[in-house]
Amino acid sequence: MKTLEKDLALRRRYRAERFMMGLVALGTLLAFLILFLVLAYALAQGVGALNLDFFLKDMRPPGESGGGLRQAIVGTLIVDGLGLLIALPFGLAAGVLLAEYPDHPVNPYLRLLSDTLNGMPAILFGLLAFVLIVKPMGGFSGLSGAFALGFLMIPILARSTEGVLSLVPKEIREAGLALGLPRWRVILSLVLPTARAGLITGVLLAFARAAGEAAPLLFTAFGSPLLELNPLKPMDTLPLRLFAFAISPYEDWHRQAWAAGLVLFGLITLTSLLARWASRRF
Amino acid sequence: MKRLYTHFGDRIFATLLLLLALGVAALALLMAYELYRGGSLALQRFGLLGFALGREWDPVVQKTFGAWPYILGTLIVSFSALLLSFFPALAAAIFAAEYAPRWLAQVINFLLDLMAAVPSVVYGLWGIFVLAPWIRDKVQLPFYMWAAEQAPWLVPILGVPTGYGLMTAVLILASMIIPYTAALARDAIALVPKEHREAAYALGATRWEVMRLAILPLARGGIIAGTFLALARAVGETMAVTMVIGNSHKLPYTLFGGAATMPSVIANEFTEAVEDLHLSALIAVGFLLFLVSMAVNFTAAYVLRRQERLVKGVL
Repeated sequence: MKTLEKDLALRRRYRAERFMMGLVALGTLLAFLILFLVLAYALAQGVGALNLDFFLKDMRPPGESGGGLRQAIVGTLIVDGLGLLIALPFGLAAGVLLAEYPDHPVNPYLRLLSDTLNGMPAILFGLLAFVLIVKPMGGFSGLSGAFALGFLMIPILARSTEGVLSLVPKEIREAGLALGLPRWRVILSLVLPTARAGLITGVLLAFARAAGEAAPLLFTAFGSPLLELNPLKPMDTLPLRLFAFAISPYEDWHRQAWAAGLVLFGLITLTSLLARWASRRF
Repeated sequence: MKRLYTHFGDRIFATLLLLLALGVAALALLMAYELYRGGSLALQRFGLLGFALGREWDPVVQKTFGAWPYILGTLIVSFSALLLSFFPALAAAIFAAEYAPRWLAQVINFLLDLMAAVPSVVYGLWGIFVLAPWIRDKVQLPFYMWAAEQAPWLVPILGVPTGYGLMTAVLILASMIIPYTAALARDAIALVPKEHREAAYALGATRWEVMRLAILPLARGGIIAGTFLALARAVGETMAVTMVIGNSHKLPYTLFGGAATMPSVIANEFTEAVEDLHLSALIAVGFLLFLVSMAVNFTAAYVLRRQERLVKGVL
């Protein structure tokens, strides 16, 4: 009798175990369902609209078929690249200060404010760049878009730099200091080169994150139908153009929106893969 | 010369670092200040509370601006998305941490990274052309027809079945924030000391019992922090929501009908705002968004810090 009861209890527990395992597996599948669908559609719809013209020609007015999105691709690289240049000194310096001068009196406040920035919605960086740059300059420009993306990248860079530098063994610093090197030489010539791979990875990931953003660019870079190389004029980027095409009523533009989505996704994946490769290679 | 190299070199380097880092700090303060200043015209006209609780947003005729429809929309959309995404995200984290073999866990981690890397506009694109029409034809219309015949009292709650509205926005947003909850939950589970699960296994617990009795109670703080982080993402998510939510600020909101959120109204109306008061009202909405995001982020940081102390205390 006693063993039978035990048997039943055990069986009930096993049944619960199997049930929960099924539930967990089901939940996991559910979690990735929309990701799979989005990727499948982007591939299926985007590949058909992709051709060489897409990369080599500017967009056409509605009604005319053909054309490409050269102006958006070039614009993405310029605005995002400029943004990275703006963000790099600030992000790196904040990261170095947090990691290499752990007792510095400003650090608690710096960390708090940097984390605050990190959690802010991307669109607020666009508003900030609008108030600070677009308004005084009197018009939309690629440069103001670069500032918006730069603001967005600063806290990301600060955090990744701090994380990477804290992984550098302290013996390396001690060895440098024991040789009589001043602290700034230790940081510049020993710590940063040791952390090179991680730093490059962080920079590339920040670049990839900013490349997909449209919200901060809506009222800064604004968009442009023609190739524009002057950053003082409005410039186009892929996410901006994708948004404009997606809400337009034209069939042809919808196809190009899918292609833009695929190219954008490819650009971001490529950058992320490069980051992963860099972290092993250097 | 030697003195210049060591003493002054260090001084100069540290000062330079400090100046640049203060730039980062200044940026955060500047954001708060500039958003407040930019929105001050509207905030002074209606008062902070009057603006936040005003139900009327009419830039054309009455020129009154109240942000309540957008605040309410943001709250409804983000909390529903959080609720919807919580269990799948937790399941993915548990599966990756405890059930899956190593290679499968790596695949799941890769997929979570990928999910966070897909641009918001791409989700929105899919939402516009695939999800919204599908939901309209396969879910909303049949249900609406059924309700119209069998339960007419449901109709005002359901609203017009256009496909572009609350329901679609919530679904898209839910899947977009899964990686944030899942990644933190996974880390929190991995942080639980090995001895805990070994002790539970040694007592004869099944895998689920180990999870429920030994791991989840300790990982709870990290999981909660992850949901707050996901909530912060959901509150600020702009493009995908703007593209599918239908952009209507007519209260009361309905399940199928259009709605709007704080980021979506900024994205929608900003470039078309010609009058100073309208522009200022939009920036004031940005200021409110700033406050909400800050509150959510600080809560997440607080919970996470307490969690770290808890796990350390157990060790």
